[in-house]
Amino acid sequence: MGKPTRITNSIRALRFANGEMTQAELARRIDVTRQTIIAIEQGKYSPSLEMAFQIARVFNVPLGDVFQYPEDD
Amino acid sequence: MSYEEKGTLVYLVVSALTYLGYVGVVLSRAGGAPMAEVSYVSPMLWSIGISIGLSIVGRIAFEMAKPSESHKPDARDRDIDRFGEHVAGIVLGGGMVLPFGLALAEAPHFWIANAIYAVFTLWAVFGASVKLVAYRRGF
Repeated sequence: MGKPTRITNSIRALRFANGEMTQAELARRIDVTRQTIIAIEQGKYSPSLEMAFQIARVFNVPLGDVFQYPEDD
Repeated sequence: MSYEEKGTLVYLVVSALTYLGYVGVVLSRAGGAPMAEVSYVSPMLWSIGISIGLSIVGRIAFEMAKPSESHKPDARDRDIDRFGEHVAGIVLGGGMVLPFGLALAEAPHFWIANAIYAVFTLWAVFGASVKLVAYRRGF
């Protein structure tokens, strides 16, 4: 199993920009475990589209500010 | 480690250990006699019962030693569970050809029952291993 996803994200930066929100607090806000937030931040798990929108809504930013997908070479 | 991941680890260890214990008991009972004549039903049922009991006790003990923040599976737990069951289902489906063939060949009940138990154990161990790799390395 290689790197599971090419999707990158800015969740860590957004957490710090939002009053140093903890992983536990973000997990509580979208009703998942802290381990899931860790896995998403590390690129080890691609959340569903619905969860991605929930995360973006917590930070009050567009989805594209939270998740990015690299251009093909 | 999430609550579900801990449960998967306990399930893996308990499934493997109880099966190995069962094999040890049956081999010691054989003592050189033909395997098909070994009294295997009682050890097999005990092994299955102990496996279920130990899974429950092991999960409680693990939780007491390292309490989880949440006991509710989330979307990632469900995705990983579905993935593991899907992959392990291939092993189960393929493996069941063995007892099926033994039954068609009218092999002794000993071999049919043991083939089924072995395939179920392989399914459980393989499925749990796939899930743990998905938890650790990503999914």
